[in-house]
Amino acid sequence: MLDVNGLTTDFVTRSASVRAVDDVSFAIAAGETLALVGESGCGKSATALSLMRLIGPPGGAIAGSIRFDGIDVMALDVAGLRRLRGKNVAMIFQDPMTSLNPVLTIGLQLGETLQTHLGLSVRAARRRARELLEMVGIPEAERRLGDYPHQFSGGMRQRVMIAMALSCRPRLILADEITTALDVTIQAQILELLKRLTRELQTAILLITHDLGVVAGMADRVNVMYAGQIVESAATLDLFLNPSMPYTRGLLDSIPRIDSEVRERLVPIRGVPPNLANPPPGCRFEPRCAHRRDICAARMPTLRQRPNTTAPHLTRCWAAQDVAEGGWLIGRDRHTVRETLAIPGDDA
Amino acid sequence: MSGPSLAHRVSALAENLVEVQDLAVEFGLDGGRRLRAVDGVSFAIRRGETLGLVGESGCGKSTLGRAVTQLIRPSRGSVRFAGQEIAGLGHRQMRPVRRRVQMVFQDPYASLNPRMTIGQTLNESLSVHALARGSARRPRIVDLLESVGLDEAAIDRYPHEFSGGQRQRVGIARALAVEPEFIVADEPISALDVSIQAQTINLMMDLQRRHALTYLFIAHDLAVVRHISDRVAVMYLGKIVEIAERRELYAAPQHPYTEALLSAVPVPDPRVEARRRRIVLEGDVPSPVEPPSGCRFRTRCWKAIDTCAREEPPLIERSPGHWSACHLASPGGETRPT
Ligand SMILES: Nc1ncnc2c1ncn2[C@@H]1O[C@H](COP(=O)(O)OP(=O)(O)OP(=O)(O)O)[C@@H](O)[C@H]1O
Ligand SMILES: Nc1ncnc2c1ncn2[C@@H]1O[C@H](COP(=O)(O)OP(=O)(O)OP(=O)(O)O)[C@@H](O)[C@H]1O
Ligand SMILES: [Mg+2]
Ligand SMILES: [Mg+2]
Repeated sequence: MLDVNGLTTDFVTRSASVRAVDDVSFAIAAGETLALVGESGCGKSATALSLMRLIGPPGGAIAGSIRFDGIDVMALDVAGLRRLRGKNVAMIFQDPMTSLNPVLTIGLQLGETLQTHLGLSVRAARRRARELLEMVGIPEAERRLGDYPHQFSGGMRQRVMIAMALSCRPRLILADEITTALDVTIQAQILELLKRLTRELQTAILLITHDLGVVAGMADRVNVMYAGQIVESAATLDLFLNPSMPYTRGLLDSIPRIDSEVRERLVPIRGVPPNLANPPPGCRFEPRCAHRRDICAARMPTLRQRPNTTAPHLTRCWAAQDVAEGGWLIGRDRHTVRETLAIPGDDA
Repeated sequence: MSGPSLAHRVSALAENLVEVQDLAVEFGLDGGRRLRAVDGVSFAIRRGETLGLVGESGCGKSTLGRAVTQLIRPSRGSVRFAGQEIAGLGHRQMRPVRRRVQMVFQDPYASLNPRMTIGQTLNESLSVHALARGSARRPRIVDLLESVGLDEAAIDRYPHEFSGGQRQRVGIARALAVEPEFIVADEPISALDVSIQAQTINLMMDLQRRHALTYLFIAHDLAVVRHISDRVAVMYLGKIVEIAERRELYAAPQHPYTEALLSAVPVPDPRVEARRRRIVLEGDVPSPVEPPSGCRFRTRCWKAIDTCAREEPPLIERSPGHWSACHLASPGGETRPT
């Protein structure tokens, strides 16, 4: 459904030009959920914004090819883009406050979207708006339509954005950190709603999130991004079992274990990501990597099939073989989590 | 009311830096109705302790945090900081307390001035409290940025030039700038990737040890909350429904809402996720304008009995240090039929 090839996005600031997305290629099929994970600032939001062609001069520039259902998105004019954004592809933004208008009521904003994109009458749009708020679990939806954004809690604002995005039954949802402000029960409810859309309507989802627990429960495949590039790509379980790029391994090792008895110090990845205005010539993770060899600083590794496996699993690492030994979850007992938490589950 | 007794009990054990008693916050709505976002909350935090605060989206956590730091005026109740009553203090009287009590805001974008560079924002915080003057100013700002994992170049950039997680770290640096004693951190790590999250949590815990900092830590990530907190409080619709030592709360929850929360924690293991069952909360999500009679959770509770609609369950200590507000919790704890 979505085919991205060689996507490259630059931001131009007063002092420098920053390559936020660098030669990124991937595809998403109908009904599929692809997760995009990676360090803060690595270009995840920029990737999603580029797919919607929401970045452009003077602040930025996009190159590469983006095809949605065979349509060349890069060639669309303003009217074509409006149709694409409203009906087919919906983006749920990371910062709800930046995409809600502070001086208009929630009802007006939701209603307006519904009128323009679905051609509903004012009355019908208001009724639908109420249903949408109920769908995302907001109590007293009718009264809440008259509220302004600042009268909503952080998580309620986020749910308004989700409701707005789902209102037009898009075929592809770009979900940028949509559940960060939600408690886990409402998060589970929203994720269940998304799963149902993928099953029943074959909606595709690009799921940008830092929460590897959400990735484990939602995604079919995962792309790991580092400093503007995709550095690993695999089916979800395969990625958790056999992370083969040291950066991915570092991410997994940083998570606090909910089942740990002692309060160990957390293990972040040491060092900082490279300056995107002037990235190093070799592997971008090399300065922070425990597996680095001479070649790593000299030449950029290509994204290629992980050795010794037939499952599609791409990795950008000269030392992938070393890293792959002993995946993250190997030897971790999935039952201890349940015992610490008293999580119900069927163990048959 | 068992709330005050909770604060008293805890204060007998160690020095309390923060004591909150019967705190309530109301917002006026159109048509003269009132929304009680926080409704009679009592707790205490010892100096150097971290109290985690979790609960449903919209249950009043941010409002509680703002009332404790006096960014919102409570409609009732008391907040004592280092023994001094601060609820209802005027702007001038609050000034000396302001530096000692800081807040990291949930929405970093909304809380940073878009027309000021990061350097100017931090400079302003330092100026207001006359800290690190003259030539010491810039190195102090660079230090602060580095302590949250941002480099010097960030000084001249504007908020919109940062990613979401980078902005969140600016908010943390701003709170740390004035060397406070007590920080209310409202979702300080939710926009961060796991590595920077780990780094930030380590940083917060290091600073805590070094300066005996005290935290009220609001978050949705229950693994992080368990890691950083000494005790954890669970809030539902404006009230605290359970509070206990961290391991105790997770291993032996006494309130059904806590149980539902724990059952929904996403676990970073696809094998666990594929097989697990969550407790799905059904029934009407109640409104804080007209909360249900009796127990506020009863409209969604799968264990509710007649009493729950009639009587409000008080927050009672069921076992040492473990308080819960449920009619079905036995005096010794354990509501669950196992
Ligand atoms: N408008 C802009 N002008 C200049 N630089 C920008 C702009 N927007 C983003 N950047 C830079 O581009 C890079 C990628 O940003 P992006 O928002 O895509 O990160 P992200 O992966 O979504 O991070 P996070 O997880 O923190 O949201 C960052 O280094 C950021 O500082
Ligand atoms: N300024 C305001 N005017 C009216 N109502 C408000 C205002 N601020 C908050 N509320 C309401 O008070 C309740 C509690 O909001 P609060 O922001 O404290 O929730 P929260 O627990 O922090 O939620 P989240 O986890 O989503 O951030 C909500 O019903 C919210 O709509
Ligand atoms: Mg982002
Ligand atoms: Mg909040």
